[in-house]
Amino acid sequence: MKTEIRIGGFGGQGVILAGIILGKSACLFDGKEAVQTQSYGPEARGGASKCEVVIGDSQIDYPKVQSPDIFVAMSNEALTKYIVDLKDNGTLIVDPGTTDVSDVQDFIDEHNIKVFEAPATKTANDDIGLKIVANIVMVGAITKITEVISKEAAIKAIEASVPKGTEEKNIKAFEAGYNLI
Amino acid sequence: MSEEFFIQGNEACAKGAITAGCRFFAGYPITPSTEVAETLARDLPKVGGSFVQMEDEIGSAGAIIGGSWGGAKSMTATSGPGISLMQENIGYAFMTETPIVIVDVQRGSPSTAQPTMAAQGDMMQARWGSHGDYEPIALSPSSVQEFFDFTIRAFNLSEEYRVPVFVMADEVIGHMREKIVVSDDIEIVARKRPESSDNYLPFENIENGTTPMPAFGDGFNIHVTGLTHDERGYPDTNDPETHDKLIQRICDKILNNKDKICSVQSKNCEDADVVIVSYGAPVRSVVEAVNKTDKKVGYIKIDTPWPFPDEQIKQLCKNASDVLVVEMNLGQMYYEVERVLKDSNVHLLGKIGGLLPTPDEILDEIDKIGGN
Repeated sequence: MKTEIRIGGFGGQGVILAGIILGKSACLFDGKEAVQTQSYGPEARGGASKCEVVIGDSQIDYPKVQSPDIFVAMSNEALTKYIVDLKDNGTLIVDPGTTDVSDVQDFIDEHNIKVFEAPATKTANDDIGLKIVANIVMVGAITKITEVISKEAAIKAIEASVPKGTEEKNIKAFEAGYNLI
Repeated sequence: MSEEFFIQGNEACAKGAITAGCRFFAGYPITPSTEVAETLARDLPKVGGSFVQMEDEIGSAGAIIGGSWGGAKSMTATSGPGISLMQENIGYAFMTETPIVIVDVQRGSPSTAQPTMAAQGDMMQARWGSHGDYEPIALSPSSVQEFFDFTIRAFNLSEEYRVPVFVMADEVIGHMREKIVVSDDIEIVARKRPESSDNYLPFENIENGTTPMPAFGDGFNIHVTGLTHDERGYPDTNDPETHDKLIQRICDKILNNKDKICSVQSKNCEDADVVIVSYGAPVRSVVEAVNKTDKKVGYIKIDTPWPFPDEQIKQLCKNASDVLVVEMNLGQMYYEVERVLKDSNVHLLGKIGGLLPTPDEILDEIDKIGGN
């Protein structure tokens, strides 16, 4: 059993860290196997950024995502560019603050996609007061919606991945995302 | 006891280097290898080591040669454009029998081509990049764990044989994150140092072997030169026999120990119609393809592209009607396989552009070849 996850956004949003946390949760704290890969442009911020995670019960050979079971879009550019790879009956999670789902409504209808809206950027701004934790809010939403990693593992992985001194804010962001759905 | 980490290939390489005893890194950052330098810049000083960001790549290669003769296990990390610029000093390291480790995280090439995309275009440059006759050792990791393990093995081999060793990774393995397990029981080869200067010859003509190596400052009066030298290290450039003996020994110490150096992993080769040969990241796609198909397909994963494992390839392919080489270039190790398997049908799936060949692309190629 393998689950393929793709997270797309723009550079600076932390989509790669979100993927790392998913992979770390699965590997180090849920007893599963995971591989995380990424692609990015030469720009540090603002360019397209894509992070992929494959989580499985046994060894993962081919490390890249071929057709994701779960697609998380944090920018409209990523949404419209990568939606076509999503599996039939797949799960789409979008941040309504940075995407417009109506742009891909035809695909959603044709392929019976389950759509979830997680206002990660707004929640990060309003509830935590820190726009930069939107990625961690999104990890909370992904955890709740997909159950691909356990909540306990996610919290341990966040504590192990974020800069020292920011753990509390990040866990708060995770909880806020978890409770969005 | 062991510890687990979920880290990038490049971070695992740096961790492996420190575990192997590397205490000097000189380099010039380049995508997709930069995280090796970044990690060592942070972590080397914590273990009493030194990190220098050099002015360029040829300087980096020179600095690690100096670091090694200063007594520290030394390494650099770069990508294709940097390997090109280092070649003059890499040749000097072979001629002076200086143990160094050179990590090449390969990207789209030639020239500066594709900084953030994967390739395996530097394989022949590791083999023949500098001028003259010499025998390099190169290791190609296919996982983050192997990038850690092979970096350690690279240091061990370089100390054992007093030779530059390449770790030929690629962007996929360098940037991907996986779990690694670090045991606290890892074999590390310490540098052999001469005990006394009485009758000591730094380049002694020992059959298949190498002499212990002192560090500058140990009090030995020796000379290190890229010119053809006698056993003392003194230039002797006009005597054909001196040159012949020296270069033969530099080559033979690797070639005559191939059974100890060469390593491959394989599956289902005994009764396979088609055997797939690959190394580095494409192995991941090959393994998935072989596990997916009902056809009689086996695979060989080459851990050590150099020296090329002739005997293992011959042995494992002896029952196959066809052999398919999968690599991310337009044919480099393919010609080595062809050289070794003169009487077999050797095919190439060479993919450039920066993306891993997919398992389906490999299975399509098997269909074309006509495997049953």
